[in-house]
Amino acid sequence: MDLTPHLPALQVIVPMLAAPLILLLQPRGLAWAGATLVAIFSFFIALTMAVAVSKGAHFGYDMGGWTAPYGIELYVGAFGALVLVIVTGAAALSLLAARASIDSQIELERQPLFYSAWLLVLAGLVGIVVSADAFNIFVFMEISSLASYVLIAGGPDRRALPSVFKYLIMGTIGATFYLIGVGMVYMMTGTLNLADMESRIGGVTDINPILVAAGFITIGLALKAAVFPLHVWLPNAYTHAPHMITVFLAACATKVAIYVLIRFDFVVFQANLSGHQLQFSLFLMPLALLGIMVASAVAMFEGNLKRLLGTSSVAQIGYIMLGASFVTEAGLIASAAHLFNHALAKGGLFLAVACLAYQYKDLRLAQLAGAAKTMPYTAAAMVVCGLSLIGVPGTAGFISKWLLLSAAMDEGRFAWLLVAVILISSLMALVYVWRIVETLYFKQAVAEAQSPKEAPGVLLLVTWVVALANIGFGLFPQFPLSLSSAAAKLLLGHVL
Amino acid sequence: MSLLELLGYFNYWVFAIVLSIGLYTVIAKVNLVKKLIGLSIFQSAVFLMYITMDKVEGGTAPIIQKGVENQIFSNPIPQVLILTAIVVGVSTLALGLAIVVRIKEAYGTIEENEILDAD
Repeated sequence: MDLTPHLPALQVIVPMLAAPLILLLQPRGLAWAGATLVAIFSFFIALTMAVAVSKGAHFGYDMGGWTAPYGIELYVGAFGALVLVIVTGAAALSLLAARASIDSQIELERQPLFYSAWLLVLAGLVGIVVSADAFNIFVFMEISSLASYVLIAGGPDRRALPSVFKYLIMGTIGATFYLIGVGMVYMMTGTLNLADMESRIGGVTDINPILVAAGFITIGLALKAAVFPLHVWLPNAYTHAPHMITVFLAACATKVAIYVLIRFDFVVFQANLSGHQLQFSLFLMPLALLGIMVASAVAMFEGNLKRLLGTSSVAQIGYIMLGASFVTEAGLIASAAHLFNHALAKGGLFLAVACLAYQYKDLRLAQLAGAAKTMPYTAAAMVVCGLSLIGVPGTAGFISKWLLLSAAMDEGRFAWLLVAVILISSLMALVYVWRIVETLYFKQAVAEAQSPKEAPGVLLLVTWVVALANIGFGLFPQFPLSLSSAAAKLLLGHVL
Repeated sequence: MSLLELLGYFNYWVFAIVLSIGLYTVIAKVNLVKKLIGLSIFQSAVFLMYITMDKVEGGTAPIIQKGVENQIFSNPIPQVLILTAIVVGVSTLALGLAIVVRIKEAYGTIEENEILDAD
């Protein structure tokens, strides 16, 4: 039996069915092993689809045999395949490395519950990506959000609780805004299928509710995606979450919201609303630019390593939104490529933080002085990923920054401003990454110099795999770039 | 727009007002439980919007009966959608309250300003 046509459904069903089964695996270690196997299996499904998609195929699937627009349709195109690889890859690698770190932060008897919630987040995120149905996206969004609140609050740090409460409030407001928008589009078009919406909006006589819906959906998803200035939940949630959860969520959670935002906007609205292109640009571009500048500036003065990296995520989300706000093929390619490359760089950095957390319970920069002597391999991996975050040539981050710069050059009168912002913010990134490097390598240790004592082997190995991937995809970027350019063409195909 | 037309949108006015009350409560209150109550009101407003739009004048429950021709049905889809959204809302509220309980255990208070002062 050929399973290939069923891959989009399997992608969601496997982690979703595995999540309750994990609960039954009570003996220690088994729950982790089960969850990791499921995540790796999902990763292979995503890779299989990505390879097929990069050869020009695409996956459509009618759930239960009901054809769209009556049934719920699943669809995986180039953009979806790229995001699926990011999400499942982040889940597989972070779960693989997680065991020792989670053992030290979560009580043994709660671990099966914890891994089960982890798989639910994975199922929710991949569900969002494969759905071609607006309401289905909402349901999966809430599955992944609710489960991720549980994961963030699961750690021993009590400050995680107020942070997660804020995240819950803001996340729910975002999702509800999205729901209002979808309701208004449904009211005018009578359909929930994204492709069907696109073809029917053109025939709507009173366009005002659609305009309001576009506003609600954009704001709601921007809240979920932590677009500046709706990002205030993000730095604290990332700082106080268990370390491995930060790795997983920082690499993929906000990216999926960005994916929905871009997809919804380009597929449903861009082609049908006159002047929407300009509104979309004029709304998102200033926010993206402000986000890049303000978040980078804040990160330069931040004292806690995890919050520094979390704040820098807000700036990186700004780059991704900036590319999308050009509404050009070059801009969208840069956006999609930066989704992938930022996941690599930030995932690697947070993995290195999880390593550091073995020897240093307090992750303020002042306490980490001289850590390179204690943990040389961890510190080196952090430098590699840091270079990728800045965008130094030879690393993955350079590719997408370069694409973004060349896309910005084509923006006519304001090109100089855009280029200036990108260059200045890269210098700021250099400053905050340098602060980490300086602390790790050149400062005198606070305590007596310890003998070298590294993090557990698996964790260190995964960290280095990701660090080397940063270099690998910097030298050979064909795979993410081919998917990105196919994605950009598909998205713009709806506009023209 | 005449007064009658304005009144014709009664349910949508209620939706907008309830929505604003909910959002205001979430933003303005410092007590975490009150914030969650506001969040619930906010979500309920959206349920009202969906339920309102499915009503067709003179429409009944969408059940096909033998011998009855040309029956007008109300649209069942928004009701199904909102049933799901209610479940989502209940789970969000439950999780939120559970977090508030743990905040109370960890901090001894559920007032936002006191929690901020504690750290």
